[in-house]
Amino acid sequence: MADLTTKLGSLTLQSPIMPASGTFTDELAQVFDLGLIGAHVTKTITAETRGGNPTPRVCEVAGGMLNSIGIPSKGVDYFVDHVIPIYRQWDAPLVVSISAGTADDFARLCARVSQPGVAAIEVNISCPNIEEDGKAFAMRPETTIRAMEALRAASDLPLWAKLSPNTGQTVEVAQAAEAAGADALVVANTLLAMAIDVDSRKPRLGNLMGGLSGPSLKPITLRMAYQAARSVSIPVIGCGGISTLQDVLEYLIAGAAAVQVGTASFREPAIMPRLIEELAAWMDAQGIASLPELIGSVRDDEASDAMIYAEAAP
Amino acid sequence: MSVHDFPIRQAALPVLSNNKVNEEYRQLILRAPSELMARCRPGQFFHLLCPTTSESAPFLRRPMSIYAALADREELHFLYKVTGLGTGTLARLQTGDVMDVLGPLGNGFTLADDWRNLLLVARGVGLATLAPLAHAAKDSGRRLTAICSARHADVLMSVQMFEGLGADVITVTDQDGTSTPDALRPVIDNLVAQGRVDAMFTCGSNRLLKLCQQVSADHGIPGEVALEQQMACGIGMCQCCVRSFRKPGGIVQLRVCAEGPVFDMAEAMGA
Repeated sequence: MADLTTKLGSLTLQSPIMPASGTFTDELAQVFDLGLIGAHVTKTITAETRGGNPTPRVCEVAGGMLNSIGIPSKGVDYFVDHVIPIYRQWDAPLVVSISAGTADDFARLCARVSQPGVAAIEVNISCPNIEEDGKAFAMRPETTIRAMEALRAASDLPLWAKLSPNTGQTVEVAQAAEAAGADALVVANTLLAMAIDVDSRKPRLGNLMGGLSGPSLKPITLRMAYQAARSVSIPVIGCGGISTLQDVLEYLIAGAAAVQVGTASFREPAIMPRLIEELAAWMDAQGIASLPELIGSVRDDEASDAMIYAEAAP
Repeated sequence: MSVHDFPIRQAALPVLSNNKVNEEYRQLILRAPSELMARCRPGQFFHLLCPTTSESAPFLRRPMSIYAALADREELHFLYKVTGLGTGTLARLQTGDVMDVLGPLGNGFTLADDWRNLLLVARGVGLATLAPLAHAAKDSGRRLTAICSARHADVLMSVQMFEGLGADVITVTDQDGTSTPDALRPVIDNLVAQGRVDAMFTCGSNRLLKLCQQVSADHGIPGEVALEQQMACGIGMCQCCVRSFRKPGGIVQLRVCAEGPVFDMAEAMGA
């Protein structure tokens, strides 16, 4: 049987498939054995208690959904005392997603969650930076560097920087995160979007705008994962619209060393173990013994003209 | 571990029938494993993956209360009103089609031992949510009174089902002017005076919820409400379906799917 282990810096995952932050809690253990997946990634927490956005917080669109959940959080103390211990029952590495409005607050929170039982910290730098007009840290390389340097100084745990598709500087932001000490990149978060009910003429989200996720996002985040993977030497974790084996393979071939499955779990809660089985069966059928044969195997060498165009793309 | 060891299951169930019950509502009956049905509790729901057609492709599942979970007949019943994209595609299901369901989900109603006389106050599709309580009341030898409210007599549902299970049924309609809180209050007070209300259960109307809360507070009668909210995951992960509740320490947001859909009546707040 194919070897599904994948290396993300100092961490080795037994499989390349893990949940995306915000679409996973231990409540999924009511549906399947959570020991089967590559890692456990928690919903983003903040240092302070937050209530989240007004409802409706989700609306469906063609090929996906928009959300404006707004990071409701019981705060870091509750998380450290009550949530981290839950995950001790599984061997899969626990990845804690964190968010803050300033680089300093980010660093303090990062230090606080650097606890025994936490294998890595995913830093959600796609959230608004309140010191920079609310623009997400990951929109620009300068703000990415400032946040990542502060975070790097605050913890010895592996740091995964979660990038945003709301940028015109994908490659520059990816390189900035690497230069400032990120151990891996998660590419990417949701894309800012909107939907309007034509009868009431009201936006369909209580927060007016929200993040697009689901299959319709995939070509965009796949492109970003590809751009990131070929411009940095740290591992890239693909994220965005994955719901089939084909999607997993595309991200791996594009250069991702692992992938995160998010919105698809809302339609099919046991999709992650199914994709793991399908990936193993596909590799066996193809005679592929291990993932490194697949990761980054995209045949882009004959497309030099197109590559110039891709460099110019966001 | 087999799939049967997990409390929540995704299953593809064959459609036995999907017929109109009146001008507005349909009843969907699926064939379901008896061990799955035996685990369903009154007030729980399933999350339905609505079928995709060339014209419409609802992306998210739709939560729907269990109307009946009959282990002996291997049947799972839903009662629904066609209101939008998801229920629109449900209405087109035919005998022999397969329906993807996830469940049972959420927390069911409480039936404390000393609640011997139950009052249901239901409106519209809220009847579907409360209907399983009638089965449970009969099975545990409790007396049940059901107030069924609707816009007009033609869309009153489940009256025969309630009566068949030995319930006393009081029907009220907007058409007759009998369904307003002002008209209902003396009816309920009278039932309380007769000792027929140890606990109240309601679903389907904010107005009726408020009325029941007043009765509950005035007479010190406990009660529960089943609430609805738009959902994405249905199992507690996404934080989409929160509503506000009054708790001793202040107002809190709770997930309808995971902490509910059944809540203490006194804590619930209007939509």
